[in-house]
Amino acid sequence: MIEVQNLTKQYGVKKAVDDLSFTVNDGEILGFLGPNGAGKSTTMNMLTGYISSTSGKALINGIDILEDPIEAKKNIGYLPEIPPLYLDMTVKDYLNFIYDLKKCKLPRKAHLADVCNLVMITDVYDRIIRNLSKGYKQRVGLAQALVGNPPILILDEPTVGLDPKQIIEIRTLIKRLGKKHTVILSSHILSEIQAVCDRIIIINGGKIAADDTTENLTKNISTDHRLIARIDGPREEILKTIKSISGVVKVVADMEREKGIYDYEIETKENTDIRRELFKRVVSRNWVILGLKSSEMTLEDIFLRITMGDNVVIKTKKSPENSTEEKAAEADAKAEEYEKKAGESDSKAEEYEKKAEEADPKDGEYEKKAEEADSKAEENEKKAEKADTKSKKQGKKSSKGGKK
Amino acid sequence: MGAIFRRELKAYFTSPIAYIFIAVFYIYSSIFFVGYNLGYGTTDMSVVFSNVFTVIMIILPLLTMRLFTEEKRQRTDQCLLTAPVNLFSIVMGKFLAAVCIFLCAMAIYVPYIITLLVFAGNVAWATIIGNFVALLLLGASFISIGIFVSAMTENQVVAAIVSFIIIILFYFVDMLAGNVQIEWLRSIMLALGFYNRYYEFTTGILNVTSLLYFVSAIFIFNFLTVRVLEKRRWD
Repeated sequence: MIEVQNLTKQYGVKKAVDDLSFTVNDGEILGFLGPNGAGKSTTMNMLTGYISSTSGKALINGIDILEDPIEAKKNIGYLPEIPPLYLDMTVKDYLNFIYDLKKCKLPRKAHLADVCNLVMITDVYDRIIRNLSKGYKQRVGLAQALVGNPPILILDEPTVGLDPKQIIEIRTLIKRLGKKHTVILSSHILSEIQAVCDRIIIINGGKIAADDTTENLTKNISTDHRLIARIDGPREEILKTIKSISGVVKVVADMEREKGIYDYEIETKENTDIRRELFKRVVSRNWVILGLKSSEMTLEDIFLRITMGDNVVIKTKKSPENSTEEKAAEADAKAEEYEKKAGESDSKAEEYEKKAEEADPKDGEYEKKAEEADSKAEENEKKAEKADTKSKKQGKKSSKGGKK
Repeated sequence: MGAIFRRELKAYFTSPIAYIFIAVFYIYSSIFFVGYNLGYGTTDMSVVFSNVFTVIMIILPLLTMRLFTEEKRQRTDQCLLTAPVNLFSIVMGKFLAAVCIFLCAMAIYVPYIITLLVFAGNVAWATIIGNFVALLLLGASFISIGIFVSAMTENQVVAAIVSFIIIILFYFVDMLAGNVQIEWLRSIMLALGFYNRYYEFTTGILNVTSLLYFVSAIFIFNFLTVRVLEKRRWD
């Protein structure tokens, strides 16, 4: 477990890391995300005792890194940004040196063989590090961090310089390590963090800009609704029409995608769904909607927004009860919808039956349609039931959450 | 400490530095041994020992220049400083490795002594042992100065030159002392100088204060190296 309390590092006037506080629990993989120069490496260097903090505390498994550095360092495996390799040594000599340096107690040969297998460097075990490719060097660096099997791993951009296949392998390895180890890893590659980490801390200018689970971060930030509609019709009029729909905050005609057809980016107020209204209005004017999608913000967008200094309000972690309740409510709403639809198709089926009775010659056709409508109705009813049970489940969860 | 000592020793022999250092030392001391001991047919080795001062003054900085500069340049210091070892044992590991190479160089005196024993039948053991200890201490002090300087810069050449300058200052300080009129300053300068203290040994005098002088010089510079490394963390 790593506890960081008000960690600050000051270089002259510049604060490289400014009042950072967070906790990493055992078995958690924490991603450190931020643009270059945000203070990722500085923070990691402070956690590992390479540099000291100006103020604040860093506790490694409860041991202050500045008060008892040797005990604290025993718990850490560190891969710095540039792997600390002695280029004139063979991989074997190097890892043996690290083994001695860390005063390992594990059986030497077996342990080093294990580590080499894990990071896939067994085939270069006897080669001089200078002659290895960047990918191999990086992996030897990772091996060095793993020697001694420390419970905490701090990895500064562990996949830099690897090819795509190796990146995936190392990611899988990190994920696997994350089950038994506490891992902090930094990167400016978002997909990597998204793929590997349970939790993300975005830091910018030495400060925490966001601290949440990967899931929540993408979810919470995408609450501002944005729709992209491709509509065939006169541009100015369309813009006017869309603007007149209640709930629309902003609408812009994007580039001309097809001849005379634009993508309209529509920003709406929170919790308003204008899709139906939009559809009706467009149809009433004989224009055509060629495409309609809600544009979700990716982690990339969030990252850019945060680091570009946009005023993004990141909602703090929602309490678990809240979120399940919301889900339950959503599911309820869905269930109602389905029921409505079911009812509609029921009435349609009746209609068809009526018609069938009226017009004998067209008998067969109508009956078919009626049957179809019937089966549809049944389907919808089933769906409604499903949604209902879902909502009940969610409801239960939320009540449990409440009890907790 | 053991791990760092072994690694440094191996690194010395995988690079040409150790070989060059030892070769230069062998050539230089051989010139004096052949020219003086064999040429004049004497068993008095004090000339060999006293002249070696100048050569180690020049070549020992070459031995120590890369000890910390390379660590910093290759960023391997991150590995050392984040490992569960204290700074003192890191410095001592490096120091002892360099001293070990210096001992390998000094080993050339063993065949000299054997030669003298075989052909002259007798040597002044007390003088020779005294000289041996003195040279070792002198070399070790130069090494600790060199390590101290290498901890302060990232450039090997700068490290070599600056440690050479510092050593030369200690060398000249007691020569200049003769021209200083102020009594207290002169006595301080005389006390600080390396050469007179070392020369005393080569003439066969074992002075405990001089021994202590060298031991404390070694201790002080190694201690300063630890402080430099420590301070870098706080910058």
